Amino acid sequence: MSRSQVRRPAGFVGFGDDDSSCPILHVDMDAFYASVELRTRPELIGQPVIVGGGGGRGVVLSATYEARALGIHSAMPIARAHRLAPQAIFIEPTHGLYSEVSAGVMEIFESITPIVEPLSLDEAFLDVSGALRRLGTPTSIAHLIRARVVAEQGITCSVGVASTKFVAKLASTRSKPDGLLVIPIDKVLAFLHPLPVGALWGVGERTEESLHRLGLRTVGDIAHTPLDTMKRALGEAAGVQLHELSWGRDNRSVTPHQPDKSIGNESTFNQDVDDPEVILRHLMRLSDQVAGRMRNAGHVGRTISIKIRFADFSTITRSRTMQVPTDTAKEIFDVARGLYEALGLQRVRIRLVGVRMEGLEDASEAPHQMTFDEPAHGHRDAEVAIDALRSRFGATAVQPGRLTPGKTEQKGQE
Amino acid sequence: MKVRLERDVMADAVAWVARTLPSRPSQPILAAILIESSDTGTDEVVLSGFDKETSAQVHVAADVSEPGRVLVSGRLLAEIARALPAQPVELILHDRQLAVRCGRASFTLPTFNVEDYPRLPDMPDSSGTIPGAIFAEAVAQVALAAGRDDTLPVLTGVRLEVAGDSITLAATDRYRLAVREFNWSPQHPGIDTQALIPARVLADTAKALAGADEVHLALAQGGEGLLGISGHGRRTTTRLLDGEFPKYRSLLPTESVSTATLSTADLVEAVKRVALVAERNSPLRLSFNGGEVNLSAGTGDEARADEAVECTLDGESIDIAFNPQYLIDGLGAIDSPITHMSFTASSRPAVVTGMTEPGALSQTQYRYLLMPIRLAG
Repeated sequence: MSRSQVRRPAGFVGFGDDDSSCPILHVDMDAFYASVELRTRPELIGQPVIVGGGGGRGVVLSATYEARALGIHSAMPIARAHRLAPQAIFIEPTHGLYSEVSAGVMEIFESITPIVEPLSLDEAFLDVSGALRRLGTPTSIAHLIRARVVAEQGITCSVGVASTKFVAKLASTRSKPDGLLVIPIDKVLAFLHPLPVGALWGVGERTEESLHRLGLRTVGDIAHTPLDTMKRALGEAAGVQLHELSWGRDNRSVTPHQPDKSIGNESTFNQDVDDPEVILRHLMRLSDQVAGRMRNAGHVGRTISIKIRFADFSTITRSRTMQVPTDTAKEIFDVARGLYEALGLQRVRIRLVGVRMEGLEDASEAPHQMTFDEPAHGHRDAEVAIDALRSRFGATAVQPGRLTPGKTEQKGQE
Repeated sequence: MKVRLERDVMADAVAWVARTLPSRPSQPILAAILIESSDTGTDEVVLSGFDKETSAQVHVAADVSEPGRVLVSGRLLAEIARALPAQPVELILHDRQLAVRCGRASFTLPTFNVEDYPRLPDMPDSSGTIPGAIFAEAVAQVALAAGRDDTLPVLTGVRLEVAGDSITLAATDRYRLAVREFNWSPQHPGIDTQALIPARVLADTAKALAGADEVHLALAQGGEGLLGISGHGRRTTTRLLDGEFPKYRSLLPTESVSTATLSTADLVEAVKRVALVAERNSPLRLSFNGGEVNLSAGTGDEARADEAVECTLDGESIDIAFNPQYLIDGLGAIDSPITHMSFTASSRPAVVTGMTEPGALSQTQYRYLLMPIRLAG
């Protein structure tokens, strides 16, 4: 029995292998960052390994199943992970490595079908309807993908095979790690109804609480609650959505290259910060990063938001929508600073700040309302030139004066 | 305090003061209205409001039987005053409560402690006068171009430049610039000063004083950062904005390659129709060619619209695109039957001015500069 099979639910027999109406695959790498690290450190296989960084204030990016058995999960503060699992091996993330492996994995997917919708570095939906004649049944395609990912990238993945996206995703989670689960179309409800309500797409902590208050604990409970009751409890849209999902209905198609809805960067401080100057420097750096990503992706955006998480973990966001879209760091920072200053925080201790652009449009299609003070060579040209320098000499080759070393900068972790 | 005044007089006065009160005051007392009547025999009541930025004060005729001072919620008093029947109103302070009686209606309002109310700034000495109608028109023409974005506070102001008997007002939100020149009667012919006035206060005040024969402008000397505007027994003071207004004069083009004249009404109607398909902030394209200008909006699979309007073009053909709302604002502000537009290039500002009749000189006392939208591709 391999290491990874240990965590499979005991006595789990699956739902049969009829995949005739199941062209949707959800492929999810197992403990992605950790698995990638273990490739070069095989001596750690079988041990609790945690990838995460940034000193005491970072978060867990990934943990092996041995570490998860100790209660570790991703996004948990590293400090807490240390307390829960002092015996675990902590590894700093290797920058650049994961996107490289991810690109390799996505390439495998693209060779199977062009209809690939990446959700993040380590998971994607595939619609294999068009590959059946060439490569066989969805299940055999899933086997093929799993074999190729191990052979070519040295990590394992789990695959859910179903008729809809959300069932496929639940199936891959259920089959983890290193597994494969087919949910035949006539077994969807048998699979779905015993699951806790939290398994449904769109049910977070808050919604789960409201559902529990109504005495609804399983997906089956939701399915057998009148739609009107659901709408009253959760609102029109959410009520309808959950009701549909509880009956296995999800008509979203696999959409390749979903356009970005927003682009944002955040930074968590090593120690809580109350100095407005430091906060502003971080906002400037984040604006700079966001603007660079916007230009890189060919986007302009109109809505700028900042996020502030206080020492007590309470979090606020503030946003402003501008008249004309932008992709320049100066304009983004000007608004971010205005939003921050409007909060009038009096030395409140802050744990995290973030800058995000929403309302993205394709820059090449967006008309541009010119301004009087727009010089022939403005900030944007300067920033584009900086993009070019950075791509050759690294991210710190050119920086705003405010961000150059020498200013005593408290380093944050992005 | 016990006073009696006409319902309409009171409603107007309260509305004038309440207009400047903050809707979300930093302290509740700053949203109050102070009602004062000094010694009997003055036959006058003074109403004041002050939120530490802007003050408003009005003197109205009243029968004063008992002088006094009282401070009550401004918004509530304004709503009551508006709703009262057309009969004389009595205000009586009794036991720290203000009774408002009118016909058979009667209200009792709680009061604030008068001692806690901040003192209104003194009105600076008058620097000169201008008829209220001209002032109101000029301010309205300019204030519409002021920015509304508080992240750029300088642009939320109207720049006032006084040089002898000439005043220039200017405002810009970076996308358009409105400049208006007019004459006034200064106290001192050698006056030469500038100020940056919050656009909203200025616009509200000027509009409210449009009926006054004479409006006094009072510019505090010696860096007090205060402007007073008064007329009709009413006065407002406002704190001026800090910061340097953009050097806008260099933006005004001195020459053009094409000019177009056309009927303002025809153009406005066509712009409004075509703009129906232009989503928020999306461009309206104008193609000036020969005897007409073709207006269009919308692209590709979206809804599209086209319309041609007669025009007299002098110079080269030109294609240019604008935010339709900005164009409509400018066409409304010139207040002339004929619109004169001049262009230098599709990427340079266009100047909109008015003409009284075809062939006349364009009226340059008001100029509206409009920055185009650069189309993609």
